[in-house]
Amino acid sequence: METLKAQKKEQKKEAGMRITGAEAIIHCLLAEGVDLIYGYPGGAIMPVYDELYKFQDRLTHILTRHEQGATHAAQGFARVTGKVGVAMATSGPGATNLVTGLADAQIDSTPIVCITGQVPRHLLGSDAFQETDIVGISTPVTKWNYQITKADEIPEIMAKAFYIAKSGRPGPVLIDITKNAQFDELDFAYEKCSGVRSYKPVPKPNMEAITAAAALINAAKKPYIVWGQGIILGEAEEELKAFVEKAGIPAAWTIMGESALPTDHPLNVGMVGMHGNYGPNVLTNECDVLIAIGMRFDDRVTGNLDTYAKQAKVIHFEIDPAEVGKNVKPDIALLGNCKETLSLLLPLIKENEHKEWKAEFDKKHKEEFEAVIKNDLHPTKPGLTMGEVIEQINEASKHEAVIVTDVGQHQMIACRYAKFKKSKSNITSGGLGTMGFALPAAIGAKMGAMDREVVAIIGDGGYQMTIQELGVIFQHNVPVKIVVLNNDHLGMVRQWQELFFESRYASTVMTNPDFVKIAEGYHIKSRRVEKRTDLKDAVQEMIASKDPYFLEVRVEKEDNVFPMIPSGASVADIRLK
Amino acid sequence: MTSSKDTMEKQWYTISVYSENNVGLLNRISGIFLKRHINIESLNVSKSEIENVSKFTIVIYTTEDWTRKIVNQIEKQIEVIKAFYHTDEETIFQESALFKIASHLLFDERQIQNIIKESKSQIVTVNREFFVLAKTGRRHEIDEMHDALEPYGIMQFVRSGRITVTKATMPISEILAEFQD
Ligand SMILES: Cc1ncc(C[n+]2csc(CCOP(=O)(O)OP(=O)(O)O)c2C)c(N)n1
Repeated sequence: METLKAQKKEQKKEAGMRITGAEAIIHCLLAEGVDLIYGYPGGAIMPVYDELYKFQDRLTHILTRHEQGATHAAQGFARVTGKVGVAMATSGPGATNLVTGLADAQIDSTPIVCITGQVPRHLLGSDAFQETDIVGISTPVTKWNYQITKADEIPEIMAKAFYIAKSGRPGPVLIDITKNAQFDELDFAYEKCSGVRSYKPVPKPNMEAITAAAALINAAKKPYIVWGQGIILGEAEEELKAFVEKAGIPAAWTIMGESALPTDHPLNVGMVGMHGNYGPNVLTNECDVLIAIGMRFDDRVTGNLDTYAKQAKVIHFEIDPAEVGKNVKPDIALLGNCKETLSLLLPLIKENEHKEWKAEFDKKHKEEFEAVIKNDLHPTKPGLTMGEVIEQINEASKHEAVIVTDVGQHQMIACRYAKFKKSKSNITSGGLGTMGFALPAAIGAKMGAMDREVVAIIGDGGYQMTIQELGVIFQHNVPVKIVVLNNDHLGMVRQWQELFFESRYASTVMTNPDFVKIAEGYHIKSRRVEKRTDLKDAVQEMIASKDPYFLEVRVEKEDNVFPMIPSGASVADIRLK
Repeated sequence: MTSSKDTMEKQWYTISVYSENNVGLLNRISGIFLKRHINIESLNVSKSEIENVSKFTIVIYTTEDWTRKIVNQIEKQIEVIKAFYHTDEETIFQESALFKIASHLLFDERQIQNIIKESKSQIVTVNREFFVLAKTGRRHEIDEMHDALEPYGIMQFVRSGRITVTKATMPISEILAEFQD
């Protein structure tokens, strides 16, 4: 009987595919190559979940423990694979719980598609149970959004959603689908979207501008490259490396661009920005040509704009025309995908070396090493530092791990000291600074790259914002490694209170639970380290584990992250202490 | 190099946006102004010279630097085909206004007839209770007419958003044709 029914259904499909909207959504996902999604069910999305049940052999749905976790997991997946991540939720509270992840994906240009259920069309606007205007709410935090109210809109809109999320400067798309559109039938046929007439995802490169840029670069005495995530999103790592090497130009990264060039590349001079390296910040104001590639001059990178690189000619490689001149007015803008513009530029670049100029970076590095790095990585005080934990992870994972960080001091320390060999290996919430990002993002990253070691570095504060996602790690045995650097404080805020609010620690001291016991409650192997002598062994045990592993490291309670550009100050005024 | 700074003078700019006809787009576009605390002085949405393409005409008073950034953000929206900005000198623009006035004034106040004549406005309708004057022109002409009529009592007044055509071309058909190939 059952098989007969199934057979009939298959036949019906072949003869024109008359299916429900809910089933159509599954077919759209499959047609886009999606085999893994994250989400949380509820009334308004139940028809789709019913189809997920039927298609579970081809499409895995992971039940996160909160919809925010679903968005961050989809982001982690997208960031590590370069593919579109997918999250699903019900209407009302399910939908509003997606907002933080959408905003994070919007500001960090991460391609995700979020699908929400909505009350039936005839109830729209009636304040029905769990009705919320998610299209209105999500408008400022999505690249595009749309409400589907008729089943036959589904294939075209879904195709458009994936195309828009991934093309050009990527970003989040939200598709809200009323319940009637999930129940109603349509004649299903799917065609991938190859263009939208009002949308130009990638501007055409301008050869004249490229030639002018090459002349400027070839004549420069102190050229300096700062690259961002555009290199990773454009998969231009090889082109960047070739350019850096041919022109012999020192190159620094924003945290979103980290890992695009191996850490130990001789011309990789480190990190720019508020807690970046000393040389890369100070020398921004001494270079003669600043070559910004796939970065957007965020205020955390530039400090005070009025004193940022005023002496330099600026060349800006950018895919999004709205970013050109938004914060820093370039002398030459090179619009287009940087993979293409870099390829066009490269033949025009003269082979060169800038030894003396590079030596200035080395000199500044020595100063920073003496003043900061030495104490971070090889401390002589009894308390453990965050830096030495990162150093142990580097060693144990042989620079091969994907490092996922949350937000705060540990994030800055991890970005400063983690070492990378491969691109797409540093996953962090850069633009929004979303505490709670790391644990779910690490789940998505691991599931997107099962062959890689994925280590989440999290503060004791942010950990407790999405700690419930341990349930996913336990249920699906996702072998992520979780490191909580516990300082019993909201460390980064405490640091600011110490430096700028005369140590008035307003609501930054935390009485924490027994994190090891919590992990044990989820049957996750776990260990706590309080002494330096145990650290190496614990980290090695964690990395060697085939299963998920939780490691709590009790670090110094009141350490500060340096160097630091106080907010509003110039990159040249970065403080070493 | 220079960093962006509001060094430029503020003046009136008209932003013309050609877009797909989409319900959510007005919300998206107004959000761009909201986010930057820039007041929309006037907004008009209509069809354009191209079938199925809508046109927003938005007037703001700000610097060119801000105007350019806003236009870039507008143009970035998926359903926006193209956005332009122009100064008053670069455009031909008009606004329309309607004045509803008590009918007896037409006979009791001789001056009103002069105002109608001088302002080159039209009487749209007259009945026992009221008559309606329509005036199309520059903002200051409408303001002058308003000031002239005000002492006699205006029952209702409304002025439309600015509508604008530009002296230079706005080559939308070419942009759409480019997509076709
Ligand atoms: C959701 C959210 N709320 C508040 C903040 C502000 N904030 C930035 S860093 C920080 C402290 C983080 O503390 P913890 O997670 O313990 O990490 P630590 O700085 O100690 O490494 C806070 C509260 C934020 N970034 N995100």
